[in-house]
Amino acid sequence: MAMLSFERKYRVRGGTLIGGDLFDFWVGPFYVGFFGVTTIFCTLVGTLMIFYGAAIGGTWNPWTINIAPPDLKYGLGLAPLKDGGIWQIVTVCALGAFVSWALRQAEIARKLGMGYHIPVAYSMAIFAYFTLVVIRPVLMGAWGHGFPYGILSHLDWVSNTGYQYLHFHYNPAHMLAVTFFFTTTLALSLHGALVLSAINPAPGTDVKTAEHENTFFRDTIGYSIGTLGIHRLGLFLALSAGFWSAVCIVISGPFWTHGWPQWWSWWLNLPIWS
Amino acid sequence: MSFSLKLGAVLAGLLGLAVILFTFERPPVETVQTGFRGVALGNIANPRLQPALAAANQLPPMIPRVPSVGPRAGQAYRNVQVLGELGVAEFARTMAAMTAWVSPEQGCNYCHNPANMASDEIYTKVVARRMLQMVARINAEWKPHVLETGVTCYTCHRGNPVPLNVWSENTGPMRGEGFSASSNGQNLASPVVGDSSLPYDPFSRYLDQAVNIRVQTPDPLPAGNSQGIKDAEFTYGLMMHFSQALGVNCTTCHNSRAFSAWDQSAPQRTNAWHGIRMVRDINHNFIDPLQPLWAANPNGPPGGPQRARLGPHEDPLKVNCTTCHQGVNKPLNGVSMLRDYPELGRITNIDAPPPIRQ
Repeated sequence: MAMLSFERKYRVRGGTLIGGDLFDFWVGPFYVGFFGVTTIFCTLVGTLMIFYGAAIGGTWNPWTINIAPPDLKYGLGLAPLKDGGIWQIVTVCALGAFVSWALRQAEIARKLGMGYHIPVAYSMAIFAYFTLVVIRPVLMGAWGHGFPYGILSHLDWVSNTGYQYLHFHYNPAHMLAVTFFFTTTLALSLHGALVLSAINPAPGTDVKTAEHENTFFRDTIGYSIGTLGIHRLGLFLALSAGFWSAVCIVISGPFWTHGWPQWWSWWLNLPIWS
Repeated sequence: MSFSLKLGAVLAGLLGLAVILFTFERPPVETVQTGFRGVALGNIANPRLQPALAAANQLPPMIPRVPSVGPRAGQAYRNVQVLGELGVAEFARTMAAMTAWVSPEQGCNYCHNPANMASDEIYTKVVARRMLQMVARINAEWKPHVLETGVTCYTCHRGNPVPLNVWSENTGPMRGEGFSASSNGQNLASPVVGDSSLPYDPFSRYLDQAVNIRVQTPDPLPAGNSQGIKDAEFTYGLMMHFSQALGVNCTTCHNSRAFSAWDQSAPQRTNAWHGIRMVRDINHNFIDPLQPLWAANPNGPPGGPQRARLGPHEDPLKVNCTTCHQGVNKPLNGVSMLRDYPELGRITNIDAPPPIRQ
């Protein structure tokens, strides 16, 4: 595979977290590294376990393939392979693959002399997944509280888990998470529209610069966060969305067993108005 | 940063910390799985709250059983209209039980004129007679809901002349009319719907009027379904009440992927379906007809607790799920009190139209 003219400059040896020079090479355009190997290994094993689960699961319909966690009766122990054990192996592999990928991102960042923003940001997604399938099940005492791996089955889990707390929109962390998700998309759409407008000027006119971009938002809403600031804001909004998602599910069950509307009784009973 | 800003930040931080520390529960929690693994069907409970709930739903001491011998109460006494089949000892036992269950502080005179026990002059005696017929009706006709466990006066009354958990029509606070905005009976945090802002009177609609719940449609692209969001919200409000009354969550009855699908629902949903019809039967045929008596005695009999017997709209205080369940999915923790009081099962003069099961 051909290499771009400037690409050689970025292929820097060293910076590995583990294993020294072992695996410190590229295959075509792809950096391998120790964690590239572990990523591939975990991904392969996990995916093959999913195929195995699908093969014995009675359907190849991609919508209804279901790799379900164990029954609650197995608690935090190992379950028989065909009764949730596959889910446990897939979960270990998934976490292995995700964490390996984050560490590979860190190694590449070190090679390039960058900050760790990318692995840190990606780790928030891993943290949310880890919360769903490890932290919350451990706090509730059974792996069976993890969500099933299947397109429709995981939606059933989400829906029923929400209704186990009667009305999930009253979950305070869910409110924050939803707000951050929507704000992320709002900020991204404003930013994307601004950039596209600036670099697609009217025929015969020059591409506009950051000063035009700032002026547009100063005129529209009285403030422009700036070209660098919008990316910091976007990162904050997106990570907050993931963080509060993790919080909203980990408090449902381990830290609240009733309907979420009832949690607000402390507010309704504040001595100010009650 | 000014001092007052810093002070405000510290106070806000302390308040937030207090909310986080003191408004939540903690692990371990008790979970019960009721569906296939991984579908999140089942109950979640705080084991530290269970003992108090169980203790609040204990049976009262049983009055010793008596043999069904001797003359019948209907022959021995005058004006015994529904308990006439009982022996006099059984009759006396039933009267003693009712007093202990319903008017332990007021005693016999809550219903009876001590100078003439047969007299119906105190209206509560007429109410009590109708309530005995209601108990017999529930135990005879509503086994799909109460099973063999059955009910007694105590299931609702728990030592109170007026059961503590009752409802009456609630049209909400006074508002302007005409073109002013309507809140459509919702948007106030209400305890009857679990502190949510769902409609605060789902009872009039579903437990008094016989409106059926038909929100979801089985058809794709449903053109003929006239149900709207408000119907869904009223339904949701009623379901919040169910959950609160029984201490359960939505997945006790429903698989939320398809709330309306009976073939995906738990058997408890069938029981609840009959429960809705049972409550309507109770309210229509046993409570509502007594309204004139309460209208004539709006604060109860002279000897009783001074408490309104009618709601603000002059309708009687009616029954919902909490009236019996009181926080547990099986009233009185599922222990059958009726088994100890078979006298209540021998009432045959129920005097009500046949129950409606649709």
